[in-house]
Amino acid sequence: MLSIRNIVKQYAGHTALSDVSLEVESGQIFGLLGPNGAGKTSLIRIITQITAPDSGEIFFNGQKLDQSHIERMGYLPEERGLYKKMEIGEQMIYLARLKGLSRDEATKRLKVWFAKLGMETWWKMKIEELSKGMQQKAQFVATVLHEPDLIILDEPFSGFDPVNAEIIKNEILELNRKGTTILFSTHQMESVEELCDAIVLINKSKKILDGPIKDIKNTYRNDVYLVEYEGTQLSINGAAPFEVVEETAGDDNLQTVKVKLKAGSTSNDVLQYFIPKTRVNMLQEVIPSMNEIFIDKVSKIA
Amino acid sequence: MNKILLIIQREYITRVRKKAFIIMTLAVPALFAAMFAVISLVANQKDQTMHAVYVIDHTGGDFKDKFKDEAYIKFSYPNESADAAKKSLKSDDDLVLDIPANLKDTAQLFAKKKTTLSLSDRIQSEMNDIATGASMLKAGIDTVKLHKIKSNIHVKASEITEKGENSTNMASTYALSFAGAILIYMSLFIYGAQVMRGVIEEKTNRIIEVIVSSVKPFQLMMGKIIGVGLVGLTQFVLWISLSAGISYIVGGNTSPTNSALHSFLHNLGSNAGYELLCFLFYWITGFLFYSALFAAVGSAVDSETETQQFMFPITLPLLFTYILSVSYLFTVPDSPLSVWLSIIPLSSPVAMMMRIPYNVPGWQLGLSMALMVIGFIFTTYIAARIYRVGILMYGKKASYKELVKWFFYKE
Repeated sequence: MLSIRNIVKQYAGHTALSDVSLEVESGQIFGLLGPNGAGKTSLIRIITQITAPDSGEIFFNGQKLDQSHIERMGYLPEERGLYKKMEIGEQMIYLARLKGLSRDEATKRLKVWFAKLGMETWWKMKIEELSKGMQQKAQFVATVLHEPDLIILDEPFSGFDPVNAEIIKNEILELNRKGTTILFSTHQMESVEELCDAIVLINKSKKILDGPIKDIKNTYRNDVYLVEYEGTQLSINGAAPFEVVEETAGDDNLQTVKVKLKAGSTSNDVLQYFIPKTRVNMLQEVIPSMNEIFIDKVSKIA
Repeated sequence: MNKILLIIQREYITRVRKKAFIIMTLAVPALFAAMFAVISLVANQKDQTMHAVYVIDHTGGDFKDKFKDEAYIKFSYPNESADAAKKSLKSDDDLVLDIPANLKDTAQLFAKKKTTLSLSDRIQSEMNDIATGASMLKAGIDTVKLHKIKSNIHVKASEITEKGENSTNMASTYALSFAGAILIYMSLFIYGAQVMRGVIEEKTNRIIEVIVSSVKPFQLMMGKIIGVGLVGLTQFVLWISLSAGISYIVGGNTSPTNSALHSFLHNLGSNAGYELLCFLFYWITGFLFYSALFAAVGSAVDSETETQQFMFPITLPLLFTYILSVSYLFTVPDSPLSVWLSIIPLSSPVAMMMRIPYNVPGWQLGLSMALMVIGFIFTTYIAARIYRVGILMYGKKASYKELVKWFFYKE
């Protein structure tokens, strides 16, 4: 769908992107992660052709990116806004027409969207009469109205209250189900884990990690398990097939211990160690969250 | 190309629909009409009350029967004292003119009401004529012969052109070119500032990034400039046609006193077309030249208050030309400074308009126009390069150094 190859972008004095390559598969929800100033917005601006890279190439559906692809993309920037004095309906139609839609088609689709999101009464209103959350909703509609193949969302959930954020999230998922590829940049790691199929992590202009979330998480599994058992705390000696990472005494006679497997042993060995001694309530593999991976990766490089 | 049209359309329609535009469009012809009404009212308000003037002549007959009667002033020469005449005044509008024996003493005009200045002026000048005539007669000069010799001289200015002598009323031509220069000067500021404000609005609204992900920054900038320019042209056309319509209606009702306007329009003749074409050319190119710079300034700042430092060097040459235009350009239109001001694109829209009535040599007009076209292409190019970077820079106070850096950015 979107193939980004060896993109380099330099501004006077600093490098925004150095040799960044990534592949976004068709139908994916792709997360673009990175700390502030890592180069995310620079990359997005290159994809949306607001700026051009110094070197490197981008392919959109196998074709070299050009002006005609602009109409196949929808972009919701982080810094967003609309004309304050213009009526919403007219404004949405204008933005859709800039994306190549005819006036009639834009009007028709807009009516559908307005009905869907309960915005019918907004048509004649001006942006300055709407609340911030309402403006965001309108802006989201403007982004997707021309039914793009690729939707690029820069921090889509910032500024939404939880109710509206949920509505927008569901709309994004629905568009995705219909086949739209979604590229979104965010700091919110929970939404990454919840929504994304694959991610790329950019730090200080360089790509430091990319791939499907599942694969990334698998590579970050390090045989750490959490065990919860009843009774008094057991003293665990060197004969156990694991090492204790951390022990905590819980309430109500419950004990928790975080263990790391010794080489060659499995989670079954852990159970076999505990079962004769106590009653095991729970055994769970500790998989690092994207948040932990993110912090780990970024701080290691820094 | 299609997208530029969409942008032009939006810029044009949102502005033309604004209340401020409609009010301005109606207010100016209304003011014009009001001014016109006042002028014709004043012209019609000639003194129409009947004055009887009783001349008490102490000189011994120098003035007797010499005053000329007019429709509203009748002179009579009663044989009584000034005081008696004063007492016998019937109407409030009647006067007593008391002429002393020695003309070096002041003659006095008595009335129950204050005498209007025009009336006393008229009487004074007539007294002077009569006294001069009387003195000449006493000195042995025949005033009848003198009047025959004295001719009534009126100067009629004619230009000698290749086609022959072309009689023009210079005043009308000057007035038109002067009005054109002022109109260009003002509208460059008014509409240039509108372009700038539009750019700042898009930047502070943060809609800019959405728009430039659909169109090229250059398209957006040109669309805005052309859209605002068309708004300006629309306003001029409406002003001119509304004013013409109003003056035609007003003129039709009071036709005899309006011959001044008719002769004004008549005298413009073929020159008007030439001046109008020059006006349109300099207005359009001047607007493109300056509004591109205004757009660049708008892109470099976050709010209108920050524009000062960049506005100054842009507006200075225009202001300079404007100030010079009345005092200098008009009086010495062919001096080297005037010529150069009318050729250099920064000042030429105003300066050339001022020189137009003085038959500017063809090569100067051609050079000035060519430079104007090159000039606006040049400023548009520079402005577009600054604009495309500037519009995406938030919260950064730009310096001139920064602008130069932006200019050299690759895309």
